[in-house]
Amino acid sequence: MATTSKQYKVIGEELWKGRAEKTNAELFALTYGALVVQLIQDYEDYEEVNKQLEKMGYNIGTRLIEDFLARSNIGRCVDFRETGEVVAKVGFKSFLNITPSVTHGGLPIAASPTRSSTASPAPTIPGATFTLTLDENPLAEFVELPEEALEGGLWFSNILCGVLRGALEMIQMQVTATFISDVLRGDETTEIKVTLVKYLEEEVPVGDD
Amino acid sequence: MAIFGLWVINKAGGLVYERNFGDGLPRLTSNEYLVLAGTLHGIHAITSRLSPIGPSSGAQVIEGETFKMTILLTATGTKFVLLTSLAESTADVVLQKVYEVYADAVMKNPFHTPEMPIRSEGFDRRITALLG
Repeated sequence: MATTSKQYKVIGEELWKGRAEKTNAELFALTYGALVVQLIQDYEDYEEVNKQLEKMGYNIGTRLIEDFLARSNIGRCVDFRETGEVVAKVGFKSFLNITPSVTHGGLPIAASPTRSSTASPAPTIPGATFTLTLDENPLAEFVELPEEALEGGLWFSNILCGVLRGALEMIQMQVTATFISDVLRGDETTEIKVTLVKYLEEEVPVGDD
Repeated sequence: MAIFGLWVINKAGGLVYERNFGDGLPRLTSNEYLVLAGTLHGIHAITSRLSPIGPSSGAQVIEGETFKMTILLTATGTKFVLLTSLAESTADVVLQKVYEVYADAVMKNPFHTPEMPIRSEGFDRRITALLG
C-alpha cells in the first residue's frame, strides 16, 4: 500500500497539530545552545563535542521512535527510499515542525546505466542513501559560530544525526548519519546524509503486516 | 467484558511489566510470569513463520474458551499482551493506547534503561486510569 508523498505531508501536519504540549521554540533553541557551549567548555575538543552530541542524539532517538510509532501508526516502509520520505515529511514535521526536502541516492549496482531514482524499485541494498536538506533549523536560530569552532570542525546540530541513527536502529536499520554542510559554517545549505549500512536481523522475526 | 491482565515483553523475550486487573486471574510468582512471557515470545516468533502465503506477522489474537489474548507487536520488537474476556472487542484500541502511554511515561524518562523492567509510578498510574 504505497502512501504518496502528499499523504505523508498530511499525516505529519496532523501529528504536529495533535501534540498537546508544544515547547516555546526560543526556549528550546536556548537550551540546546547552552548545552553545546557547556560541552565545548568541558571537552575543549570540537571533534569530541561532535561525538558527544551524536551520542546524546542516539539516546534520544532510541526513545523517540516509540513515541513516533505509537502516535503515527505508520506501518513498515517498503524500502529505504520510503524511510527517507517518512523521516522527512512525518518525523521532522511532527517533532520540529519543519519539512526538510529529501534527495535519494545509492551505490549504482554493477550493470545498470539507466539507474534512475524514480522509475525502478528503490535501492534497499546497503549503500542506499538519502539526503535531508534543511531550509530552517530551529536548533540554530540565533547562533553564530566563532572562529575556533569553525576551524575545529564543529557540527552544531550534530544531535540530529544521533537521533536519526538511534531511531532507525530501533527499527532494524543500521545507518550512519552525518552533516555534509551547514549554513552556520558558511555553506549554502544545511544537509544531513543518511546511509544504510545494513538491515539488522534480530532473533525476533518482524513480519509484514 | 473485562480486562484481566497486561504484559509488556521486550524484544529479547523478557517480561518487563505485568499487571492484573480485577480478580479474574490467579496470582502467579514472578518467576512463573517470566517463564510464561518467554514462552509466548517464542511461540509468537514461530507463528510468524507458519503462514502458507509468504511473510506474515506473528499471532495477534489467541482465543480460549474463557479468555482472549491480544498481542500488539511494535516495529521496535516490543510486545504488548492484553488478557481479556472473550466479549472484549476493544483490545486493539486499548493496546494502541497502552503503547502511547509506554512511549510517554517509560521511554521518555531518561533514567529508564530500555529493555529493562519498568518501575515507573507514572506508568502505573496512567495504566490504572486507562484500564482500571
